[in-house]
Amino acid sequence: MAHDHHDDDHPHNSELSPIELRVRALESILVEKGYVDPAAVESIIQTYETEIGPHRGARVVAKAWSDPAFAAWLKDDASAAIASLGYTGRQGEHMVALFNTPDQHNMVVCTLCSCYPWPVLGLPPVWYKSPPYRARAVKEPRAVLSEFGVALPDGKEVRVWDSTAEMRYLVIPERPAGTEGWSEEQLAAIVSRDSMIGTAIVTVFA
Amino acid sequence: MIGAQDLGGRDGFGPINPEKNEPLFHAAWERRVLGFTVAMGAGGAWTGDQNRHKREQLPQDFYWSANYYDIWLTALTQNLTERGMVTERDLAAGHAVDPPKPPPRVLKGDAVAATLNRGFPYMREAKAPAVFGAGDAVRTIRNETPGHTRLPAYAMERNGVVVAVRGVHVYPDSNGMGQGEDPRWLYTVKFTAQELWGEPSPDSVCLDLWEPYLVRA
Repeated sequence: MAHDHHDDDHPHNSELSPIELRVRALESILVEKGYVDPAAVESIIQTYETEIGPHRGARVVAKAWSDPAFAAWLKDDASAAIASLGYTGRQGEHMVALFNTPDQHNMVVCTLCSCYPWPVLGLPPVWYKSPPYRARAVKEPRAVLSEFGVALPDGKEVRVWDSTAEMRYLVIPERPAGTEGWSEEQLAAIVSRDSMIGTAIVTVFA
Repeated sequence: MIGAQDLGGRDGFGPINPEKNEPLFHAAWERRVLGFTVAMGAGGAWTGDQNRHKREQLPQDFYWSANYYDIWLTALTQNLTERGMVTERDLAAGHAVDPPKPPPRVLKGDAVAATLNRGFPYMREAKAPAVFGAGDAVRTIRNETPGHTRLPAYAMERNGVVVAVRGVHVYPDSNGMGQGEDPRWLYTVKFTAQELWGEPSPDSVCLDLWEPYLVRA
């Protein structure tokens, strides 16, 4: 049978919603016509479910906080510095690291679609892809930040990066006070996904 | 084109409402769409820019309200039917009825890791020197033609400053229309929030813009 490969984890056709029926139909057609290898589909899903996620970006940030030479490399050539940790590829081919400072807070958006640095942050959250964030981040970033619970001093520049090309941006948040002497593992554990998009800051009691 | 996708600066969309502890997927079908859409993208039947152009031509009501994976699914289905790779008869039957018209490549399971890790770099060799350099004052053009572009409406006819030269990259205005890569110099240009929105502000927005979008200010 043509669609036996995923009968195990799905209810029978009569119980499927319209979108489930469309997805099942198209996948069946693609497999039957030989356009997609079912093993490739499984491997892609597994990769983003189990291997690639914001823990990778957190490791980049923790290393940048701990190792000045790595931080300098990251500033100069983020693609190469991040690749040295084994993180490369699709939707992260051309990386730029944005260092937050006392004078500047960086925040990333893609107003035109949903560009996001997959190799270091994984799949984007729904809000990142949705019209409210995409419409408002460039025009009223401080109002957006306040909805994420972030208030910045008036004098601090909020610099928003609209990912209109294939450059992919990773925010390097400011290292919080009270983390002196922490290991990279300890530091990575407090770095949230949103802090690397720029919609959060890192605190010790996150 | 200034389609439903061109969202920057539009008012009226309401709060962000980020979901606490959001799961990676909200339904099993989203996983499947991710898997086969990425697999088909590696097949080379269309470029990533053509795929984006397909998504931005979706009706506004749908684009603004749909689950993002449904946007993917709908655009993918259109990409396939327009090329005769999938037919209305196939879709009606929910199975392959008409003969296949294969993509240039089929991504095999054992090639997934290498393909994802290699990605699809957009940088190309320079054939001419960059017209602009860091620190240059530039002005964006107006482009309301119906084709694909990555110059958002909110940043048209605005003055900014080049803050970085990013190398020569595939030009989406050509590549997205199936007219070849036509690589061009890419720049990161900083605009003050005041220039974009009119209100005094300490803030700024940076965009990555190809050379044809810019003139010297």
